[in-house]
Amino acid sequence: MLFAPAAMGEVGIAPRHAPLLTTLKPGTVRVQQADGSELPFFVGGGILEVQPHLVTVLADTALRGEDADEAAAAQSKAEAEAKLAGAKTEMDLAQAQQELVEAAARLEFVKKLKEPGHR
Amino acid sequence: MAGAKEIRTKIKSVKNTQKITRAMEKVAMSKMRRAQERMARARPYSEKIRLVLGHLASANLEYKHTYTVERPVKRVAFLIVSSDRGLAGGLNMNAFRVAVRNIKEWKDQGVETDVALIGNKAISFFRRVGGKVLGTANQLGDKPQLSQLLGVIKLLTDSYRNGDVDRVFLLSTEFVNTMTQKPTVRQLLPVLPVKSEGLLSHWDYIYEPSSAELMDTVLQRYIESQVYQAVIENAASEQSARMVAMKSASDNAGKIIGGLQLSYNKARQASITKELSEIVGGAAAISG
Repeated sequence: MLFAPAAMGEVGIAPRHAPLLTTLKPGTVRVQQADGSELPFFVGGGILEVQPHLVTVLADTALRGEDADEAAAAQSKAEAEAKLAGAKTEMDLAQAQQELVEAAARLEFVKKLKEPGHR
Repeated sequence: MAGAKEIRTKIKSVKNTQKITRAMEKVAMSKMRRAQERMARARPYSEKIRLVLGHLASANLEYKHTYTVERPVKRVAFLIVSSDRGLAGGLNMNAFRVAVRNIKEWKDQGVETDVALIGNKAISFFRRVGGKVLGTANQLGDKPQLSQLLGVIKLLTDSYRNGDVDRVFLLSTEFVNTMTQKPTVRQLLPVLPVKSEGLLSHWDYIYEPSSAELMDTVLQRYIESQVYQAVIENAASEQSARMVAMKSASDNAGKIIGGLQLSYNKARQASITKELSEIVGGAAAISG
């Protein structure tokens, strides 16, 4: 079973799922293994392709759960916020918003990992 | 003894050149290692997206994207990837030779060619050769970023969408191993998908959101990843070609130094022998 943040909301993909093609939002991809444990990954957007026998995640950026660093995530969020405040053109604004969404999702990902009871 | 001194200066200058080529060899070696790592890191993505595209090709799609539709060929475009700097052996010239041959083949069929160029070497070469240049990208540095290539990719896809060109090819130097780099031509547009095995014959995706939007994203990403992969592979090829070229230059310098040293020794010995015989001859004249 795999959970992914699709464009229209989170999806859960079980084996023999119908073919699906969708874009991903920044968020957490979780892979549930045979023994029930979960492997978390952070993705900064991308594409998800599902075939009955395989799932392909084409992530723009990705981060393994054990590599997650809260300080770095918080810093990149602060940077994105500063950029958003300093944005002048519409182009800058859109880009800064995109970055902020990604950074915020990453920070949330890291925080969730630290919660007691996880794993 | 004029000969010996001249030879000595020559030896010195060849030794200096050898020092430079040896340093360049070392630098290229370490850069090559990093370039290879980058290449290996980017490979899974480009392989997987090719797989997804293979699935797309075997599906009965409700929507046909312009990127996948074959058109009669009236004009083609080549995206030619080269290095920014020279002294890399035959790397760029080999690629350009392939480019010129391809352009000529198309011309024989009455098809004109536009070019888009990546790297300083390609830009200066095609300035001399002529031809319509759609767009260029250069000064990519040792770590090429996708953002540096987006401009030239957009120009290419735009002229394909507008119908200015009917086919787009990608020419870059493939990294086979440290000793071998091979210029290769691949078709970028329209997208030629590889059929994959083991899928049902009649099926279509569930699309979220719409199929048109998704196909656009997937194909755009595919093209970007192919171009990016070509550029970083070219960078790895450049470093290894430079390393090999500099190594043979250093070896040649060593050989030249050896030859010069030999003639220097001969000249020195000849002058000593000459002096000796002069002294002996002089002494014999006095005593006689």
